[in-house]
Amino acid sequence: MSVQAASTARAGGRMPRFLARRPPVVVALCSLWLVLALVLALGADRIAPFGYADQSLLQRLKPPAFLGGDPSHLLGTDGLGRDVLSRLIYATRASLLIAFCGTLIGSAIGTLLGFLAAHLRGWVEEAVMLMVDFQASMPFLIIALAILAFFGNSFELFLVVVGFYGWEVYARLTRSLVLQANAQGYAFAIRTLGVHPLRIYARHVLPNILSVLIVQVTLNFPELILLETSLSFLGLGVQPPQTSLGLMLGEGRNYIATAWWMAIPAGIAIFLTTLSVSLLGDWLRDRLDPTLQAAKD
Amino acid sequence: MSPRFVLTKLLRALLTLALAVTFVFVVLRMSGDPVTQMLPDDAPASVREQYREMWGLDRPLPEQYLRYVAGLARGDFGFSFRDDRPALDVVLERVPLTLELGLSALALTLGLGLGAGILAALRRGSTVDHATMAFTILGHSMPNFFLGILLILWLAMTWRILPSSGVGTWQHLVMPTVTLGTSYAATVARFTRSSLLEVLHQPYMRTAKAKGVPFGRTILRHALPNAGIPIATVVGLRIGALIGGAVVVETVFAWPGVGQLLVSSVAYRDLAVVQTVVLLIAFTMVVVNFLVDITYGWLDPRIGAGRREARA
Repeated sequence: MSVQAASTARAGGRMPRFLARRPPVVVALCSLWLVLALVLALGADRIAPFGYADQSLLQRLKPPAFLGGDPSHLLGTDGLGRDVLSRLIYATRASLLIAFCGTLIGSAIGTLLGFLAAHLRGWVEEAVMLMVDFQASMPFLIIALAILAFFGNSFELFLVVVGFYGWEVYARLTRSLVLQANAQGYAFAIRTLGVHPLRIYARHVLPNILSVLIVQVTLNFPELILLETSLSFLGLGVQPPQTSLGLMLGEGRNYIATAWWMAIPAGIAIFLTTLSVSLLGDWLRDRLDPTLQAAKD
Repeated sequence: MSPRFVLTKLLRALLTLALAVTFVFVVLRMSGDPVTQMLPDDAPASVREQYREMWGLDRPLPEQYLRYVAGLARGDFGFSFRDDRPALDVVLERVPLTLELGLSALALTLGLGLGAGILAALRRGSTVDHATMAFTILGHSMPNFFLGILLILWLAMTWRILPSSGVGTWQHLVMPTVTLGTSYAATVARFTRSSLLEVLHQPYMRTAKAKGVPFGRTILRHALPNAGIPIATVVGLRIGALIGGAVVVETVFAWPGVGQLLVSSVAYRDLAVVQTVVLLIAFTMVVVNFLVDITYGWLDPRIGAGRREARA
C-alpha cells in the first residue's frame, strides 16, 4: 500500500497521457449512455413530451408506439394514462440526483472522519474505527429500513439516510491513506516549515490521495443507485406522485402480465446506468491506480 | 488457534452486538414519545402520566436503557400491535422460510461462483473465462428486483413453467433462489478467479508440478487452500448483502419470510417487530463474522497464532 500512496503523488502527471489514449469501444458506449442520461436528467422539463403526473384516463395502458400504440406515447402509457417515456426521464433525474447527493454526503462524512481519525489518533481513532466496524457488519438496507420505520418517511430524511451509505469505506480508506502520507517525506518537510495541519491536509495530502477516493466513488455510485431503487421499489423510498426508477418498476410490477412496458424500461435504465458507471470505473481504475500501471509496464 | 485469538474475536462480537442494541434504543427514544403515539390525542394528562410511569418512561435515560437491555435478555422484544402477539413470536415463525431461501441461494452461490471462478482461472483467456467475466460484470449491475420481474415475465407468465409467487413446492424455490444468488455468485466468481490466478504462479505450484503431483491434486491441496482467504472474506462480507437482498426478493416473490415481514412492518410502523428483526439480523451478522474470523485461523494457521492483527 505504501508503494501505491508513494506513486499516487505522480498520478497527476499521468492524467494527460491517459486522456490522449483512445478509450475502448465499450467505455465509449458507457460514456455515451451516461451523457445521454445526464442530458435527459438536466433538461427533463424541456425534453419530456408530457409532465410526469399528467393523467389521462382515456389513454390508460396504451402499448408502446412500436407495438401499434399511439405514436404520441413512444413507450406507451401506464395504469393512470401517464406517458411512460416522460416518467422515465423524470425518474432518471430523481434517481441520478439522489445517488449524486448521496455520494457527496457519504464521501464528505467518511473522508472527514478518516482525516480526524488519522490526525487525532488515540480514542477518537478507536471510536471512529469501532463505528466503521459496526457499520460494515450491518446490512445497510436494514438500517435504512429501521430508520425510515422509526421516523416516518420524508424526502429529506430519505436523502440523508441514503447519503450515509458507504461512509465507512471512505473513512477506512482515508484514514489509512493519510497515515501513510503523514509518514512520507513531503508531509514531514512541510510540517517542519510550520505550516498549519489544515493547510497540509487540504493542499498537500488530499490532492495526493484523491485519485484513490475517486475510484471509490465509481464503486460507490452504482451501489447507491441500487440502494435507492431497491427502497423505492419496496415503496419505502421516493413517494408518489414523485417518481424514481425503482418506484416505476415497483408500480409496473402489478401490471406485469398485461402492460410490461410500464416496468421494463425503468429496469433497463437502472441496469444500463449501474453497468456503465461500473465499467467506466474499472477503466478509470486501470488508468489511475499506479500499482496496476506499474505491473503492466 | 490460540485461545487469545478466539477471545479477542469473541469480545469484538459482543461489542458489535452491544452497539446494535444501543443503536436501536437511541433511535427508538429519538423517534418520539411512545405514549403520544399509542393513546388518542384527547387522552387526559393524568392517564398519560400513568402510562409513562407504567412503562418506566419517567425514569432517567440510563435506567431506561438498562431496563431495556434486561428486557431483551429475558426475551421481551415488545408487542406487535398488528398481530396482537409478542413481536418475537411473530418474527421467529418466519425464520425457517428465510433460512430455506438464504441457504439455497448460498448453495447456488458457492456452486456457481466457485465453479465458474476456478474454471475461468484454469482456462484463462478461453471462452469459459470470457463468459465468466461477462457474467460477473452483468450479475453485479443487475438489480435483483429487476431480474426477479424478468424471470416472472418469462418463466411464469410467458412459458408458464414455474409458479410466480408463494411457497410450497421446490418449484416455488427456483426463481427466488436464482434471483437472490446471481449477483452474489458473480462476486464470488470474480474473487475466486483473481485469487486463484495469483496463487497459480507461486513457486510452490511449480515445485509441486516438478515433483510430479497430479494436476487435480495441485489445485485441490495446494492452490485452493491458499486462495481460500480472500474467498472466505468476500463470502463473509457479502452475507450482509445476501440478507439485504432477501428483503427485496421475498417481497418480489411474495415469499412469507422475515424480509417480507420487515417491509410490511416498516410500512405499518409496527416498531416492535422492526426492532426485533433488526436485532435478530445484527445477531446473525455477529455470529457469521465470528465464524468467518475463526475460518481464517483454520485456513491460515499463521493468522490465529497470536500475531497481532493489522488493520488495513
